[in-house]
Amino acid sequence: MNWGSLSNFLHMGGYGLYVWGSYAVAALCIAGELWLLARRWRAAQGNKP
Amino acid sequence: MTTQTYRFGTDAAGGHGNWLLKYAAPQNFFPLAGKLVPWVAALAAVLALAGLYVGFFVAPTDFQQGEVYRIIFLHVAASWMSMFIYCIMAGWAALGLILNTRLSGMMAKALAPTGAMFTFIALWSGSLWGKPTWGTWWVWDARLTSELILLFLYFGFIALTSAIDDARRADRAGALLAIVGVINIPIIYFSVQWWNTLHQGASVSLTRSPSMALTMLVGMLLMALAAWMYSIAVALWRVRSIILERERDAEWVRQLREQE
Repeated sequence: MNWGSLSNFLHMGGYGLYVWGSYAVAALCIAGELWLLARRWRAAQGNKP
Repeated sequence: MTTQTYRFGTDAAGGHGNWLLKYAAPQNFFPLAGKLVPWVAALAAVLALAGLYVGFFVAPTDFQQGEVYRIIFLHVAASWMSMFIYCIMAGWAALGLILNTRLSGMMAKALAPTGAMFTFIALWSGSLWGKPTWGTWWVWDARLTSELILLFLYFGFIALTSAIDDARRADRAGALLAIVGVINIPIIYFSVQWWNTLHQGASVSLTRSPSMALTMLVGMLLMALAAWMYSIAVALWRVRSIILERERDAEWVRQLREQE
């Protein structure tokens, strides 16, 4: 698959909003989950008996 | 105090040569999970990059749908994972009820948020795919509705297990909910056959050859494998936090803290 240019790639044949809207939200979800996990992990390690 | 004391301590399950039982003990599973997480996470990243590369730079344009079909690489991986995680979660929950092992309930609890996240991604990407192809963001079709119910099952499990203070009681209550909810999984999977749905039937099945180009299939499978590895890494990391939270008063956690 040769897109020719970056703008063609981002345009996704007219479906850019739908395609990138899907992937961007998924990336945000994953980033959010990792952030929450890191926060929980730090808190759990700091637990004093 | 050496690391030996908690890694190879003679727990009720440890010291009998049965490695499976040994790692059912949280204090033995904790360091094992810690060793696995970076490797599994790295594998997830590599597989996801490969899957995205194949999906966006190798797989051809779909002759019917054009480029919008490229949502499939995310949508199918997330949808499969949403169902797999539920089954594994319910399996751990059932194991916890039967064997009364502490780790089982923790594993079930560690999987739920990731399952809910994949369910949300499946619904979201499906909605963004539905608009240009079906002309609607949402329809109360059997496949979509049962997947939405799956999201509520995850939310219900998380809410129920968080609402009960006693961890072991919370695990048992959550386990019952998780097990009853398993009925929804075959409903999701077979919904496209049992009812007339707007959602298309399976593109990939074990009994017949896939109805798609090989490169599309490869991209999809790479993304599905990446989702598996991501889920394993994240669940193991989360269960490590849960173990520390629940066993903070245990002797081995105290020893662990003193070493730092």
